[in-house]
Amino acid sequence: MELDPNKAGWSKEEMANHVAMDIPEGAYVNLGIGMPELVAGFVPQGREVIYHTENGLLGMGPVPEEGQEDPELINAGKKYVTAIQGACYFHHADSFTMIRGRHIDVCVLGAYEVSGAGDLANWSTGKPGAVPAVGGAMDLVAGVRNIFVITKHVTKQGNPKIVENCQLPLTGKGVVKRIYTNLATLEVTPEGLVVKDMAPGIEFDQLQEHTGAKLKMP
Amino acid sequence: MINKQLPSLAEAVSDVKDGSVIMISGFGEAGSPIELIHALIDQGAKDLTIVSNNTGSGHVGIASLIEHRRVRKMICSFPRTTNSIVFPELYSKGQIELELVPQGTLAERIRAGGAGIPAFYTPTSVGTPLEEGKETRVFDGQTFVMEHGIKADFSLVKCEAADRYGNLVYNKTARNFGPIMCTAAETAIVQARRMVELGELDPEAVVTPGIFVQRIVEINQPLDESKLVSEDWRYPWN
Repeated sequence: MELDPNKAGWSKEEMANHVAMDIPEGAYVNLGIGMPELVAGFVPQGREVIYHTENGLLGMGPVPEEGQEDPELINAGKKYVTAIQGACYFHHADSFTMIRGRHIDVCVLGAYEVSGAGDLANWSTGKPGAVPAVGGAMDLVAGVRNIFVITKHVTKQGNPKIVENCQLPLTGKGVVKRIYTNLATLEVTPEGLVVKDMAPGIEFDQLQEHTGAKLKMP
Repeated sequence: MINKQLPSLAEAVSDVKDGSVIMISGFGEAGSPIELIHALIDQGAKDLTIVSNNTGSGHVGIASLIEHRRVRKMICSFPRTTNSIVFPELYSKGQIELELVPQGTLAERIRAGGAGIPAFYTPTSVGTPLEEGKETRVFDGQTFVMEHGIKADFSLVKCEAADRYGNLVYNKTARNFGPIMCTAAETAIVQARRMVELGELDPEAVVTPGIFVQRIVEINQPLDESKLVSEDWRYPWN
């Protein structure tokens, strides 16, 4: 049966849930902007996880209730947030000491492309004339031990996002540990990409067909 | 008597010269010293190098400073945000320079500048286009790139409360670049929402020690940048 790799498999919420299940109790976690933000909603009850936002808050809470927004309490995406009991604020050099000094346990990011060797491209579409903007992406991939990517398996046009070699400007080389997509969960290993889990109804051959890098079953 | 408080914004920025390097605090509008930036526009210095995380939004604050063609170069990590119009337009016409720096490298370069460290090595940007042209060195088998500290002639910083010695505390995530920018400037100029008496700030909780601050202006009710942008205000006021 023909597979539409854009529609098949898990929903965004199910993908976020898979990531959340792999974040251990007590972890300090940085969530990127967009789909990674969904992960916070799926941490199991009773598991305590502390969210870092690189603009200067450890202990980031959910979005505020209407009317409670504070323009001086925002996240890295410049959206209004709250601070939990036990939160703390700090300046940027301290915030990036947490990142670059390898104190953050997990970072969940989106991707334009990921290679079989764990190279990540997620900051520039490489279009000439576009204004380049990098923010904290390169610091996060260079400094956080566990870089998890959450992404659709293919682009809107149906091309693989998981590729042999990234064509877009890199954010970091060999930095990604795990890739969570709508079709599968993949582990980046020295031997290449290993399939940890596949969405119901997906065959290995179909998964390989929509993946630019070679896959292995464990 | 030591008193770093000045009566007016104009006085605080009066000696900024053409060609100065100026750090401006803020992450988006949080912590952006909009009144000091507007005073700098009025003052007229040009050919400036601005070190700031973003390039401003709408036609106020940093965006207005750029729009008035006072800025030769931006040193910046994220020059485009939802409402940034001015910088992208000038950049696409080749009318403003950009030095793009990863956010943590930017923070560390400012910290290093303030701490008297001329350069340092970091793994951030290794293997990416932002490493190009920079010296690299291998430590314990891992490649690092050399980055230089940044110093400024002036820093413009927003804080919550200050005393006359220049001790500062900030508000929530508006702290961001303020403390490190105070350390890295020859002259740190601060706008404080409140001036307080000596002793009112708990010495255990002071964030910026007064030694890093040269001038303070009290601005009790700073403008709300996102409101100005949504109502399409332009500075000088239209």
